[in-house]
Parts: sequence; structure tokens; C-alpha cells
Amino acid sequence: MSSLVIRGAQPYGEGEPVDIAVRDGVIAEIGARLDADGAEVIDAGGLVALPGFVDLHTHLREPGREDTETIESGSRAAALGGYTAVFAMANTDPVADNAVIVEHVWRRGREVGLVDVHPVGAVTVGLKGEKLAELGTMARSAARVRVFSDDGLCVADPLIMRRALEYTKALDAVIAQHAEEPRLTVGAQAHEGELAARLGLAGWPAVAEESIVARDCLLALHVGARLHVCHVSTEGTAEVLRWAKGRGTRVSAEVTPHHLLLDDERLTTYDPVNKVNPPLRTSTDAKALRAALAEGTVDCVATDHAPHASQDKDCEWSAARPGMLGLQTALPIVVETMVNPGLLDWRGVARVMSERPAEIAGLPDQGRPIAVGEPATLTLVDPAGRWTVRGADLASIAANTPYEGMELPGVVVATLLRGAVTARDGKVTA
Amino acid sequence: MRHLLSTDGLDPATALAILDTADGLKRTLLGREVRKLPTLRGRTVITMFYENSTRTRVSFEIAGKWMSADVVNVSAGGSSVSKGESLRDTALTLAAAGADCVIVRHPASGAAHRIAGWLAAAGTSVVNAGDGTHEHPTQALLDAATLRDRLGRIDGRRVAIVGDVLHSRVARSNVHLLTSLGAEVVLVAPPTLLPVGVADWPVGAAGSLRVSHELDPELPTLDAVMMLRVQAERMHGGFFPSAREYAIAYGLGEARARMLPKHAVVLHPGPMLRGMEIAAAVADSPRAAITDQVANGVHVRMAVLYHLLAGEEDNS
Repeated sequence: MSSLVIRGAQPYGEGEPVDIAVRDGVIAEIGARLDADGAEVIDAGGLVALPGFVDLHTHLREPGREDTETIESGSRAAALGGYTAVFAMANTDPVADNAVIVEHVWRRGREVGLVDVHPVGAVTVGLKGEKLAELGTMARSAARVRVFSDDGLCVADPLIMRRALEYTKALDAVIAQHAEEPRLTVGAQAHEGELAARLGLAGWPAVAEESIVARDCLLALHVGARLHVCHVSTEGTAEVLRWAKGRGTRVSAEVTPHHLLLDDERLTTYDPVNKVNPPLRTSTDAKALRAALAEGTVDCVATDHAPHASQDKDCEWSAARPGMLGLQTALPIVVETMVNPGLLDWRGVARVMSERPAEIAGLPDQGRPIAVGEPATLTLVDPAGRWTVRGADLASIAANTPYEGMELPGVVVATLLRGAVTARDGKVTA
Repeated sequence: MRHLLSTDGLDPATALAILDTADGLKRTLLGREVRKLPTLRGRTVITMFYENSTRTRVSFEIAGKWMSADVVNVSAGGSSVSKGESLRDTALTLAAAGADCVIVRHPASGAAHRIAGWLAAAGTSVVNAGDGTHEHPTQALLDAATLRDRLGRIDGRRVAIVGDVLHSRVARSNVHLLTSLGAEVVLVAPPTLLPVGVADWPVGAAGSLRVSHELDPELPTLDAVMMLRVQAERMHGGFFPSAREYAIAYGLGEARARMLPKHAVVLHPGPMLRGMEIAAAVADSPRAAITDQVANGVHVRMAVLYHLLAGEEDNS
């Protein structure tokens, strides 16, 4: 007997609406007017069914900054945003550069149980960029770490980066690089351009990202390793990736929702809710990133969900920490910037939000087809719905967001993780 | 006018009104034994300086006192700031304590804008006395007052701003104000000391802002030259090879000063590095208006306080 029947959803927004019956966490049947036979029914008329979203880039802040987010609050935000798996970045306090910390994060995620929490391990000890962390031990731990990153900081030393890329080949893992040449970004506050110069904000030049991406692509090809580029933010980086992929480099890349939607025009208020690393670029960059995502040069969307306390945002620009909330606004921004303008169909949304990130991170049970026998790990989206963002209403502990008061299209109606409803109608249910 | 945060966006009519008020105040006070006007009696002005300053702070304090305002000075070192209080909390505290106007200098670009936002409900006026590498609007206004004194008018005049434009809030404020008042500005600096895209900044009239890397060809056509201080940390920051090479290329020595037209004025916002960006003999020559700038600073700041705090109600 089915435990749940989803009635009248359109898988990938294609074809006739169908019913999806779920049994033992697996899709048991897909067809017209399936018999609910006492099972829970989700009326999904007018909704699009997608595989559950996978976020390669989330800051859950636990351990260390539980005043801004915890694994529990972040898991709630993820479920409400349609996510069924998130990768928790390593820049916690203490840093996730050893098996003890990554296993803690992994276990805590399992206890909460709303979303699969996969810890990202640090590439270098203490994120200092000097000495490789025990990557193999983390990979072989219960947390089975497959993504390593010093995110927030760049593995700038070319020799350390080369060794990290080479070493992870044996672990079937990938290095996710925060591409930022540190010597070119000393004191950097905002995208280096005419506007930041006028506002007296020290520049973060595009070339500081592009030069590292180019170097790392060359290194990855040279040693035959896989590379993942975090939060691509410039048109130039997209061009470098196109070139590198063209010559057979095993490189993948992500773009954040905020780099698709926002640009450096936001600097004029000096409001640090708009401060983020890499910084908001020009509208030309944002447009180029949308095109790169549509064509697959940039593989996927990752949120870089980065909660910060109000005192670290409601202050002067240079004192503020970089980062913004992202889990609950990611899909709506993808709808706004990609689906509604016709750059991406729902099949494409499934690709960039779920399938590609699952492949990049090597998750066997996420990003799967919506088909009989596959895990019932699904997100139901109302494409016609609209909502207004209120930071205080988001599930994260931190409440500041650059999207405050913004009306966005696309509402996540329900999220299912292996058949269990984790979020429904804006409420966490599991 | 509620705040004075930048000259970018300050409309020329308001700027000219401030300059006219400053002129009027200067004439009123000229030769008076007691330099005190009752205009701002009962008003409280607080200066918050998070960076060291002699001339700006003293100038604002005297301006307030000559207008009979109660002036209170707060500095980062001797306040709750040294105990880790946030800028927002300090600003809210000063407003709650009864400040009608807060004058702030801060190392962060945009600090005065942020304070103006936080104090919107309190109704306190905010004056930017220098924010990071962004703006220093009263310096530009006093420079404009000095140029108007010496040259009769600003419209149609050509002014060079020479040196570390990249890190200079004085340069930014002057670019916006002078071009909006009809002057032509040429920025003279090595490429490493110019802000990104500066030639494309939206300023006064089209073509009123230009960039040059060579000082000598500009000198004979100038009505004024404004020399910027080269900060010690820039000398070691790799922006140019050596102090000596900088002085040779961009310093205003006596020979260069002779290339200026007779009427041309030399300005410097201070503090000066004699022998580096300006020769002592030039700084002390009659064409130098450096002490005039300081004197005008008081009148211009009186005028700014007047427009912010007395403004419409009191046009006497």
C-alpha cells in the first residue's frame, strides 16, 4: 500500500499531469488517477514536480556561530527552499578539517533528518592554505566526505593546489575552489569598477577570480584531476570555463542566485546586506552568467547561503561580514532570472538545481529521475505563485537579506526526502 | 537640506547658497572684536572623530562656537568606542543625548551615509567630515569658496587636482562640486593612483573631467592647481617606485610653479609634505591660498551648520 499519493503534478513541467504513488520511500507507481486507498494525498494540481534540490554550497555555521544558524535551523530553511541535500562548508569554528568535526556535522544532520547534510572538508589545516588536511581520513570517515574546500579563502599557493588536486584523485573526490588571488584583493570591499571607485570602496577585480580559475583549470588538466569552481561571478570566468571545458578539462562550476539577480548598482546605499564575496558584479556579468548557466558552461546553481548576525551587517560597510541568506530564495530567483525570461525550462531547472550538483558531489541517491523505482526525493513547485520576502519569516536564525520586501515568482509547495514530507505549504513537517 | 553627506548629487543652487552664506558670514564677522553670532543658540552639535584631525575638527568646533551652538567633541579613543561599541550604538546614543547635528569623520567609506540612515527617526542632521576614501564635502566647499575669492568665479575655470586621487576623499568631493559649478577639472596622477573608470564618472557637464599623467603640459592653461598629500603608507604600497621619482614627476617645485599663469592659485588641503608634493617656497608664495583655505573653512562650516540647523525658519 502506498504511504503517499501526489495528485496531478507535472513532472519537469512537461506533459499531462500525473499521480505519483510513494511506497517505502520509493516511487512505486506513476499514472492517471491512482487509487489513494487511505494514503496521505498531496493535491499537486498545477504544480511542477522536480527531483529534490541539492546545494553544493551552504554555510550552516555549526559549530561556532550558532547565534546565526544551526544545522537544525539551516536544515529547516533548506527543506522549505525545496532542498533535499546540502553541503555544509568547512569554515566553521573549529574548522571542519578533520574526521571528528565532519562526523559531528554529518551525525547532527541525520538527527535533524530534514535534509541530507554532507559536510565539506577543508583542503588545508585551519583553512590556512599551508598544509593539506587529512583528506583521506575525512573521505573514509562515517561522513564519507567527497567535496573539499577552503571556501571563504582561496587555496592560493599553486603547489598546494596541485597536490590537493592530485591527492583527491585517489578519493573520488573534488576540490571546490573559492577563486580569489589574495594579493589582488588586499582590503577589497566591492567589485572593482567605476561605481566602487566613486564610492571609495577598495576594488575586488574580476581578474583576481579569473586568473585563479585559469590557473586551476590548467593544473587540473595537467594532473588529470577534477575541479569545481565555487560561485562564478564574472563574464571572464565563464569564458575561461568555456575554453577549459573545450580542451577536455574535468571542471564544473556553480553560480549563486544573487550573482544571477543582483548587481553592483546596489552599492550606492552602502548597506552591507549587499556585501558578499565574491562581490556583486556588473549587470553585464549577471547577464553573461545567466547565459553560461543556460548553455551548461556553468553547471549548476549553489546558494552560498551565509547567515550573519545583525550586528555584523547593520554597521559600516568595511566592518560588515560578506554573505547573505540563500536557501529559501534560490528557486524563486532561478524562476525570475532563468525560467520566466525563457532561458531555462523546468527540465533545465532540474538539471541545474538537482541533477548536476548531485553528480558533481557523487551522490548516488539524489538528483535521480522521476521514475518508478527511484527514491521519492522530490520538490513540488507552484510556478504561478508569487511571494514577498520577509527576512524575519525565513527559517534561518539570521534575518537580514538583500531581498527584503522583494516579490519573487515560484513557490515551493512541498519537499519530500525518501518519501517523507519535510516541508509543506511553508511549514516544516517532518 | 537635512544632511551634508557628499557633493555627488549636491545641486549647484544649494552649493552656491552655502558659499553665499559663507561670504555673508565672513563680511559680518570681519573686524569684529567679538566674533559670536546668536544664530544657533540652544542647538547642540557633536563632533565624532574616528580618525586624527587637527584642522577639520578645530574648524567645525570654532564654526559651531561662533554661531553660539553648544559644541561637544567625542573622539574614538576616549569614548565607548574603545570599549568596542558599534558605530550604530554610538550614533544612537549621541542622538538620544540631544544632538541636533552630528559631524562625523570615519575611516570607513559610507559611514556618514549609514549614520544618516540610523538617525532618520531621531531627526538629527549628519555632516560628513571625511569618510574613508569616499568624500569630504566641506573641504570641497571651502576650496570652492577660496577659488571664488581668488578668481572671482568658478564657472569656466580650469583646475588641476594632482597626486593620489585614488585614495583621496578631497579629490572626489572636488571633482563633483567643481564640475557641477561649471569648472573644468583635470586629474593629474600616475595610472596607479587614479580610481578605476574615473574618466567616465557622471559629473557636471560632459567633457568637464579629464585625466592626464603629465603635469607640465597642463600648467600653462590652469587657473588653479590643487596638490594632494601623498600619505606615507602609499609610498611603501608599491603605487610608485620612490618618493624621489614621484616628486620629480608630480611635485610642485619652483620651476613648475613658474609655468603657471600669473593669476593661477595653488591649493593644498593639508597637512602638507614640504619637499615632497610641494616645495616650501611655493607653499609660502603669494599665489598659494593655503591659509585662506583654512580661514574660509570656518565660514563655510558656519554656513553649512546654518543651512542644516537654522535653514528655512531663520533667514535673518
